[in-house]
Amino acid sequence: MSEERLQLESQLCEEIKKFTKKNIWPEASADDEKQIFRKEIYQKLGDLGIAGMTTSEKYNGMGLSYQSYTRALSEVARASVAYAVTLSVSGMVQNIISQFGNNSQKEKYLSELAKGQEIGAFALTESNSGSDASALKSTAKKTKGGYLLQGSKIFITSGGVAKTYIVMARTGEEGAKGISAFIVTDGMKGFSYGKKEKKMGWRVSPTTELIFNQCFVPKENLLKEEGEGFEIAKAALDPGRVTIGAISVGLAKEAFYQAFKYANERKQFKKPIIEFQAIEFMLAEMNMEICASELLVAKACELLDQIKASKKNNEILKNTFGKYASMAKVKASDTAMKVTTDAVQILGGVGYTAEYPVERFMRDAKVLQIVEGTNQIQRGLIARYLKSEILG
Amino acid sequence: MWFFSSEEKELQKVCRDFAAKELAPKAQYHDEKESFNLAAFKKMGEIGVLGITASADYGGAGLGATAATISMEEFGRACASSTLSYLAHTILCVNNIQNNASKEQKEKYLPKLISGEWVGCMGMSEPEYGSDAVGIQTKAVSVGDKYRITGTKMWITNATYADIAYVYTRTGPEKKNLTTFILEKNKKQFAAGKAIHKMGMRASPTGELIFDNSEVEISHRVGKEGDSIYHMMKNLELERITISGISLGLARACVEQCVKYANERKQFGKTIGNYQLIQKIIAEMSAEYEMMRCFLYSVAKEYDKGNKGPTVAAQVKLAIPKIATKIALDAIQLHGGYGYSREFPVERYLRDSKLMEIGAGTNEVMIMIIAKNLLKTAQTI
Repeated sequence: MSEERLQLESQLCEEIKKFTKKNIWPEASADDEKQIFRKEIYQKLGDLGIAGMTTSEKYNGMGLSYQSYTRALSEVARASVAYAVTLSVSGMVQNIISQFGNNSQKEKYLSELAKGQEIGAFALTESNSGSDASALKSTAKKTKGGYLLQGSKIFITSGGVAKTYIVMARTGEEGAKGISAFIVTDGMKGFSYGKKEKKMGWRVSPTTELIFNQCFVPKENLLKEEGEGFEIAKAALDPGRVTIGAISVGLAKEAFYQAFKYANERKQFKKPIIEFQAIEFMLAEMNMEICASELLVAKACELLDQIKASKKNNEILKNTFGKYASMAKVKASDTAMKVTTDAVQILGGVGYTAEYPVERFMRDAKVLQIVEGTNQIQRGLIARYLKSEILG
Repeated sequence: MWFFSSEEKELQKVCRDFAAKELAPKAQYHDEKESFNLAAFKKMGEIGVLGITASADYGGAGLGATAATISMEEFGRACASSTLSYLAHTILCVNNIQNNASKEQKEKYLPKLISGEWVGCMGMSEPEYGSDAVGIQTKAVSVGDKYRITGTKMWITNATYADIAYVYTRTGPEKKNLTTFILEKNKKQFAAGKAIHKMGMRASPTGELIFDNSEVEISHRVGKEGDSIYHMMKNLELERITISGISLGLARACVEQCVKYANERKQFGKTIGNYQLIQKIIAEMSAEYEMMRCFLYSVAKEYDKGNKGPTVAAQVKLAIPKIATKIALDAIQLHGGYGYSREFPVERYLRDSKLMEIGAGTNEVMIMIIAKNLLKTAQTI
């Protein structure tokens, strides 16, 4: 790990901390209650340079490693999982365009996303295809000069506030091979937003239905070739999982910090409650799990950075990364759930109220075990990676 | 169920029908609005459960812990937070008055509390004294034949709606100098502070009770000065048993909702109930539910026979809420994205479940009690 990189990361994290303290923390609870997303906050996060951290400098990104990127995301997540997720999904869209887009697509879409002036969103899930993503039913029928999109997508993070959407739709046969990926932008005729979900947590981040009613998408908005959509989605989801791991780590760290602070301040039976073993052991356990998760995320990032730096297509390295990405996502999100739940427990009655942030942390944690492939799906993937790793 | 008598089964049916008609349809609405379902509360008075453990002399049903727990489970399955308010009224206020108050006091307060005309609450916790309850600082100073009460109670279920408060105060410097009063809102003997916004149990109002040099006649005192410790201890076991019924109801709601969803939801061409991962979640949560139900009702039945013990009540209150929270987490996971949205009730079940590990004595306090008793007696199980 280079000195220079570490210094840069620490500096960036300090800036993020300062920014979130001033701009996110004061309204965090009220915005959660009212489900308010503030685009200006996102844009200011973009001004700090973290909306396109891994995107090339050529397109106004920072061209940094995933190791740096995930540290920054963790820091944002300490204050707001919702904005961290918005960054992560918009980063994923840039990742897709950088990796699979042609030059004119890169020119056209990347800069404003990397600068954080606009937001990107990813639309795969449908009401009847969640975990079973390749069964999606939205269609894109070929027409003169492009495609007509028909169907709807649900649970789309940043739906309605994003400008650039990567939409998966069926152009051919049933199954994974009949799916293509399109860039769809806000305002296209026939593209509208359905209902905004009311959710348990992540309430600041809008989750919305996307509706396509004979929406014309020009052929230059097709990514790669027809039928490559599912491969594109899969390639984007692995790095996406690592970012969910990093967000989980940030959330868990903040929950731990709040619980630790409280346990030192709160007195019952005439001494600070941290002096009771029941509390002390809980805190030690929480921190141990966080450290383990953080290391797993860092390991996955290291492998991903290696893949990105290498010119050759190394299948073994890719599989190893895939395994670590899934493991990091499961371990970190399970840890975030456990740690936030324990934080509420340590704060007791006040932890259950909206006056302290830990109950929000607990609500925000749960969906980390569900998004980007549920933790059940991840376990299946891990088993599959292990099979090819051990049995060949 | 094998250990329910025909009367108990009948009560279960009455409560279940009531919950389906009056509680379930409004549960999501009151959760969202953070409002109290006062109409349903009044109707509980009509079906006669608001004094479920109180004597028939005052309009009560004269039943025991088993019956009360049945009502908690059935109501809790439909709307846990309305049930928490029902519990605060019935078990914390009404039952304490029934146990400890004088005949005159019972005649004065119980009929209106049991009919639902008045809402009751109990005031024990304070901002600085939660788990350490006997340290409370709200002071009652004797002035002639009256008392003056000053202080603040915190986390009081029903505070903002209560007409009657059953309150513990300090009347001397020694730890045990605690004295109980029954206070009336319309005599301005207490005021409600601001409502507290909560993660769950949102249909159950929680707030402060404020005593600003309130003047209280001696007739409001329950028993003698220093009786509070005795009063507290007498009711704790019933509280811990019955409140665990709410967790039991939540767990059952989770199991039922998961079974329904696993039969409906299709992925990869078949209903998800076909996958072992889903089967595991459902099988385990149902086994845990059955285990909890056997434990809870066995303890409740023994309690009704007079076999009481602080250890087993604390064991109930430690084990059941904890497992119920875990079941609710699993229920969301089984529902995936839908489970996280407010379209399905399981995310509410989780938010409500968590409180049960904190209210009426935290898990950690239960651990202290159980361990202390086990270590002290050192008996073989």
